[in-house]
Amino acid sequence: MRLTQEEKDILAGKQGETLAKIMKTIVDFGDVFGATKLVEITHPSHFVTSFGIGLLKPLFRTMDEIISAGITTKQPFTVDPRPIDYTNVKCNMLEKLVFSKIMYSQQKRYEEQLKKIGLKDEASFTCTSYFEEVGNVPAYGDILGWAESSAVVYANSVIGARCNRNSGMLDLFSAIIGKVPYFGLLTDEGRKADWVIELKTSKLPEAHVLGSAIGLKIMEDVPYIVGLDKFLGKEITEDVKGYLKDMGAACASNGSVGLYHIDGLTPEAKEKGKKLIKKEAKVYTITDKELEKVYRSYPVLWKNEKAKPKLCFIGCPHLSYPQLEMWAMNIIEGLKLRGRKKVAVRTILTTSPQIAEKFSGTELYAQLKKTGAKVSSICPLMYTNNPIASKKPIITSSNKLRTYSASRFYKNDDILKVITGGKL
Amino acid sequence: MKKFKGRVVAGGEIIGEAIVSRQGVNTLATFQKSALKNAKEVYSSDQNNPDLYKKLLTGKILCLPKTIGSTTGGLVIQTICSMGINPKAMLFSETIDSLAASGIILAKNWENSDIIAIDQLGDKFLKYVESGDKITVQTDGTVIVEKTNETK
Repeated sequence: MRLTQEEKDILAGKQGETLAKIMKTIVDFGDVFGATKLVEITHPSHFVTSFGIGLLKPLFRTMDEIISAGITTKQPFTVDPRPIDYTNVKCNMLEKLVFSKIMYSQQKRYEEQLKKIGLKDEASFTCTSYFEEVGNVPAYGDILGWAESSAVVYANSVIGARCNRNSGMLDLFSAIIGKVPYFGLLTDEGRKADWVIELKTSKLPEAHVLGSAIGLKIMEDVPYIVGLDKFLGKEITEDVKGYLKDMGAACASNGSVGLYHIDGLTPEAKEKGKKLIKKEAKVYTITDKELEKVYRSYPVLWKNEKAKPKLCFIGCPHLSYPQLEMWAMNIIEGLKLRGRKKVAVRTILTTSPQIAEKFSGTELYAQLKKTGAKVSSICPLMYTNNPIASKKPIITSSNKLRTYSASRFYKNDDILKVITGGKL
Repeated sequence: MKKFKGRVVAGGEIIGEAIVSRQGVNTLATFQKSALKNAKEVYSSDQNNPDLYKKLLTGKILCLPKTIGSTTGGLVIQTICSMGINPKAMLFSETIDSLAASGIILAKNWENSDIIAIDQLGDKFLKYVESGDKITVQTDGTVIVEKTNETK
């Protein structure tokens, strides 16, 4: 990799040992992928690691070292959601003990560390920092050093920013140096499609199942999806943003897709069209039958498959404002339809702190509250990743949450039936 | 016995037993349960990967196409290396992915880990190798796979 004199000096330790180690890690990482140079990050970062899990000792040790050396990030950053919200996601004494004293024993310390190195503010904990309400919104062509797989795939695909799938820790290091190695999804060639996904379904597929099918099939390749614009239209409206967020998150968790193009819809596909498809691209045809096959393949990890669900999470990644409104209305209407006043399953709708705040002043929120459903900015994934929660029969409409926990996945219509007291 | 040649990402010499995943290994899903329990050994907790699910990974030579899933992946690899419960080596049939590469580099640069990583071993490697095979990794990226009485 060609380095500038300043970069060479940092690497040689002229700005301290810690910064040299950080630079070496970034350069070593770039070298693995044949990066030719480091390029400047043009927009604030988003980090994936938001949780003070006690066992992540290397993380806390490194943060302490960085703080002791007086190092901060070049720009303020946002970070993934917090793992705990005792106000809206009630826990019993044992759960509180496990969360606060064992699992997330370092949460307070870690949040202090984040503040010291450049966290934007107290409300910057969400996986959807790219929504207007949160305000960490890159522009087309911006170079990013983000992690959080669902945010990376969204920024690349829906916005047209350029970002590799950076790991936790590398996100922090690049934000400190202010540069990332130039390779992969930062390059024009790396953004070309390895697959053509032919969508031949009778209706708009469930975003989480479509993304799962694509991710499981193509792993980390870039897909060019043909036929989705027939259902979603040609403009990225607020509703379309929500759909693409969920589809991308499923692609990125069930596989490791960092970028997708949608014919006639996403910015680069609109600009370059089928020129984005590599000559040797493979084809994957998705039909109703194929999606049903993928859906049926998900294992149920509950001890008792027939157990009554105890908890439901909707919003992984965090819901957009229109999605939150839609779920609130659907729950209220669903309960009316069944002559019920309260949800049949404890239900948590998760969204960013900013959207939760905006929603809390509405009449719709007042009505939702009466149903017993809660709005929280917790990370459902982190909440469910513990020995106690993993034994609970938890249901979700998120394929990402299904992938990383024992939560059972239901399609949107089915989960609405369950939480409003209907039978499947 | 067959020999394969790959690219050295993190070099070293080792002899050990193969544990093989034919599909991408989801790092977070695979290692999280054991890591969270502060276990002395890792048994895969990835429900979606029948090749590895509930099998011991610590001290084995993990053969895989690449890793997939959450971008916490690199930090997870660094953490299991710092806990000393990592596979001894990771042998990738494809080019290593960005998350695994981060994890290996973080483990080397910040934890002084001796984890070995070889990539670009090719599809034939992953078709040939089976869990239980004896694996010899050499410093130049040569990987020798030998069938044992159990895997013949």
